[in-house]
Amino acid sequence: MESVRYEAPRELSAAIELLDSVEGARVLAGGTDLLIQLRAALIQPSLLVDLKWIPELTAVSLDEEGLSLGAAVSCAELREHKQIERLFPGLYESAELIGSEQIQGRASVGGNLCNASPAADTVPALLATGARCVVAGPGGTRTLPCERFATGPGETILGRGELLVSIQIPKPAPGTADCYLRLIPRTEMDIAVVGAAVSVTLDASGSCTDARVAQGAVGPTASLVPDAAAALVGGVPDVGRLEAAARAAAGASRPIDDKRGTVRYRRKVTGVLTRRAAEIAIERARQRTR
Amino acid sequence: MDPKTHVHTHINGEPVEFLSEAYRSLLEILRDELMLTGTKEGCTTGDCGACSVTLDGRLVCSCLVLAVEAEGRRVGTVEGIARGETLHPVQQKLLEHAALQCGVCTPGIVVAATSLLERNPDPTEREVRYWLAGNLCRCTGYDKIIRAVLDAASELRGASPNVLE
Amino acid sequence: MAKGQKKFRSVGTRPIRHDGIDKVTGRANYGADFALPGMLWGGVLRSPHAHARVLGIDASKALEIEGVKAVITSADLPVIEAGDGPTNFWDLSRNILARDKVLYHGHAVAAVAATTAVIAARALERVEVEYEVLPQVQDVMEAMSPDAPLLHEDMFTKGLDPKPEHPSNVARRMEIARGDLENGFAQANVVVEREFTTRSVHQGYIEPHAVVARTGEDGQVVVWCSSQGHFMVRQYCATVLGLDTSQIKVIPAEIGGGFGGKTTVYLEPLAILLSQRSGRPVKIVMSREEEFRATGPAPGSRIRAKLGARNDGTLTACEAQLYFEAGAFPGSPVMAACMTMLAPYTVENLSLVGYDVCVNKPKTAAYRAPGAPIGSFAIETLIDELAEMLGIDPVDLRLHNAAHEGSQAPYGPKFRRIGYRETLETARAHPQYRTPLERNQGRGVASGFWFNAGMQSSAAVNVNEDGTVQVVSPNPDIGGSRVSLALMAAEELGIDVERVRPVVADTETIGYSDLTGGSRVTFATGMAVVEAARKVIEQLRERAAKIWGIDVSQVEWNEGYALPGQGNGEHDPLSLAEIATSASRTGGTICGNVSLNARGAAPGFATHICDVEVDPETGRVEILRYAAVQDVGKAIHPSYVEGQMQGGVAQGIGWALNEELVYDEDGVLENPGFLDYRIPVASDLPMIDTILVEVANPTHPYGVRGVGEVPIVPPLAAVANAIYAATGVRMRDLPISPPRLVDALDGKHSG
Repeated sequence: MESVRYEAPRELSAAIELLDSVEGARVLAGGTDLLIQLRAALIQPSLLVDLKWIPELTAVSLDEEGLSLGAAVSCAELREHKQIERLFPGLYESAELIGSEQIQGRASVGGNLCNASPAADTVPALLATGARCVVAGPGGTRTLPCERFATGPGETILGRGELLVSIQIPKPAPGTADCYLRLIPRTEMDIAVVGAAVSVTLDASGSCTDARVAQGAVGPTASLVPDAAAALVGGVPDVGRLEAAARAAAGASRPIDDKRGTVRYRRKVTGVLTRRAAEIAIERARQRTR
Repeated sequence: MDPKTHVHTHINGEPVEFLSEAYRSLLEILRDELMLTGTKEGCTTGDCGACSVTLDGRLVCSCLVLAVEAEGRRVGTVEGIARGETLHPVQQKLLEHAALQCGVCTPGIVVAATSLLERNPDPTEREVRYWLAGNLCRCTGYDKIIRAVLDAASELRGASPNVLE
Repeated sequence: MAKGQKKFRSVGTRPIRHDGIDKVTGRANYGADFALPGMLWGGVLRSPHAHARVLGIDASKALEIEGVKAVITSADLPVIEAGDGPTNFWDLSRNILARDKVLYHGHAVAAVAATTAVIAARALERVEVEYEVLPQVQDVMEAMSPDAPLLHEDMFTKGLDPKPEHPSNVARRMEIARGDLENGFAQANVVVEREFTTRSVHQGYIEPHAVVARTGEDGQVVVWCSSQGHFMVRQYCATVLGLDTSQIKVIPAEIGGGFGGKTTVYLEPLAILLSQRSGRPVKIVMSREEEFRATGPAPGSRIRAKLGARNDGTLTACEAQLYFEAGAFPGSPVMAACMTMLAPYTVENLSLVGYDVCVNKPKTAAYRAPGAPIGSFAIETLIDELAEMLGIDPVDLRLHNAAHEGSQAPYGPKFRRIGYRETLETARAHPQYRTPLERNQGRGVASGFWFNAGMQSSAAVNVNEDGTVQVVSPNPDIGGSRVSLALMAAEELGIDVERVRPVVADTETIGYSDLTGGSRVTFATGMAVVEAARKVIEQLRERAAKIWGIDVSQVEWNEGYALPGQGNGEHDPLSLAEIATSASRTGGTICGNVSLNARGAAPGFATHICDVEVDPETGRVEILRYAAVQDVGKAIHPSYVEGQMQGGVAQGIGWALNEELVYDEDGVLENPGFLDYRIPVASDLPMIDTILVEVANPTHPYGVRGVGEVPIVPPLAAVANAIYAATGVRMRDLPISPPRLVDALDGKHSG
């Protein structure tokens, strides 16, 4: 454990200044990954910049445009916004699945993105909603789709001095609903072996007009599966479309063998969870079109 | 000597100051500097819940909070749950149900369960089980803990005039 | 009058434990909760290799760091001879600090003490160790092959005739045999023969090992630590460090779980040595990672077993070979597995052969009914298969073969009164056994056995001047033994249990006692308490006789009062408190001290029913319902007996479904934390129904049998049998994790 400083700036610009000017500075949001990495000496930052006193990073707002979620908002706080559960049940349940109550009291959706674990629970759910990331840095602010944020395990597009400010999720079209499912051996406290998120939009006739399918823990980053989404779109989702989506998802997965699962198992379960998540999302969307 | 930060916080309602290096966890400061050893260390990775405390009223693992983050916040530990000689109903019911064997997970269970009942005065068995999923107990198989928390919830509701309204 | 026929006033009630308030308020002090002024923090350097020769250790750079006060290696430990006792101190010393070779990833190599924990950690990084990495072996069967890398080049398999010429990783071969195996199988109409695999699992207590040691200028050592026996800590430290036993005082902290994993020493000798070197108190606390890497798991195993039965269900013969991983040093519980696996049954012809095999993993330690769950997993699965083949209800098949009073245990003695049949009959009558099952659901049954232990215990019962009573126990209270001992004292004395204060004494204030383990404390220390209380009653009667001026033989003790016998004049009954108050005038302090070597520990049997639901697409298993029936002899505090049963079941379910230590190809543990070593969490389990059958142990004053171990024995097979019933797939490879079950299910469908 090497010496490290701590700062808790009150303004975004101050945080950017610190991150830009101090070699080896790291941001601290919920800390549930950072503290473990720190203790295991996997990282040796010179400065920790606590983001939780910066208004832009702790704000939650929901309006006609959609949801704006500050990057440091804890999962527990997110869960207190019942409107988020109504609009984005998949995202909501992904935040509810991360670790324990204690972990959710600290861990943020933004941190889940920035940690860039392939198995992050909220990331496939974000991808399914079409969420965008707002990134600020010395050069100003940019936004990009969440699916472009992580570039590999633990790797993101963030440059020096840059930080994730918020996540913007467009208000879903009428008849839209999402779902996130993951497979873990226990009922709680495990890292996802497979994660699958599906968002569908149904028209009044029950026909699927739009869909997004995402998967986690089966590739270097969480990713969208356009072929699986395409399989769902263009008619009333039936068993054939669901199976096609499941096959596409399983086929698109690029899992590895590790202590949590095998390639064979993960690929199979990717299909199973994609089908089940789609079924739930479709049922939720149907209730909304009624 | 590594640089230290002077931290001003409130623990169990009392103002407390301490010095801490930036890398030390709230758990370490509570236990090793403030002698509040009721908060237990089981893993230091957020997986066992023995170090559960509240931070500004929210349930967290103190092993995953930096001590310096307590600046300007309110910390609640197991030592602050009973009111003087009077145990909190969660504590009393854990005793009555014999819901502890070795007892080392018990402080974390007490903090987590009281936090649950503040938010949800009438939880189902399933809700209690999922809320406490982050509090590992290796002795009891959880059965008596769940019963005790449900019983405490019932007693708290009964004691609350809101139930009658 | 026999106590068993009397209605109890305290025994069998459920008072709040005396140490309870301290434990729900955070006041209770566990191993890591102690600190001393001027205390240093210690840390342990551990091997990054599973098997390597230690060519040299250079600590000079560590000692250069400001604040580092001492560094020790195995060169600081005296060389220990093996000796003949049950504990091999040659091995123990080398497990505490590696000498010449490291034998597992995590093996301690050096230890430091520094002014802060962070400085200690930095110092460990500067200790330079030169290793010659050697080939390593993890799997028990590979370790037995002639060309396997040898952990101990001078170890020859014991129990072979003639003595082998070549060294081997097989430390010992053991056998239990009786009858005529060939004839037994010839009588069988059906025979099943299967192989079983189980992986290393960990006790998973929540409190890591922790110690504070202080050495005085006079050479006296004080140790504060949590363990399952502070007398064990004292003895082991004295032997390993070459100190007199009287030089060491061990003060027991509250213990945060042990399950057998705290029946040896890891840190204590290091803390003492560091304290001796630095002249300061030294504290060491293990991290969870160290716990998983370096403290005793229960063994991984391979078993081949063959069981035969006649068409009427009579078991005729059993043959089995059991291969257990001992870890880095010999001493797996394979013999206990052989002795227990068939103990519930009257099989006349058997041959059970066990092999104790060293592999490059931590030295195994006891884990709740050591060995028994592994052996039972095999036998109870085979019995389930036979029951299906013969079309006999699995409970009925067990009843047909059930051990009973007078039948001979496979390990030798004839059983006295036991309650195995009663557990089966109770299970069969339990509503869960008839609850309808739905699609993908299944029900499994299994039984289990544990010897239970007696051994050496001491106890004191001291009467205070106001008539309150101190019960002094020598055993760390790991799950409510204080209140159980207090209940027995209260029962004898005839006073309320609230008037009895049980305490756990240190090594200098009570006589030697064996470990808290083997389900022995309520039985054996309980016997010592009862005898000590009876000594107190003798004194109380003498005092009353003195006060009344009558002969002591004329004084009765009844429900907390001395009563004059008929024809001894009119005297008001004297309460215990009244006699206590006047004790200084009638002969002084009233107290009873007893040390005994308890015999007559009675075995425990259990039968469990498990209902599961399997998700056939993902292989996830949900435990729907669980009922545990057990002969507990007599439940002194029924709530804590139920708690022992529920806790054992939960551990057994974890073992069956998800727990395993995963080592990579280099012998590095891949899951040294609770994130990926998956013990059951609250949402994984249903309520666990417990049914206490009370078939009194005739040798205990209240009929106590040990209860803590048996409940972990049946769940492994009960879960596997339930999964078979739900899916048609036999899982003989634990844990039945989702990927393994899906592979098996897909294999069934494709094959």
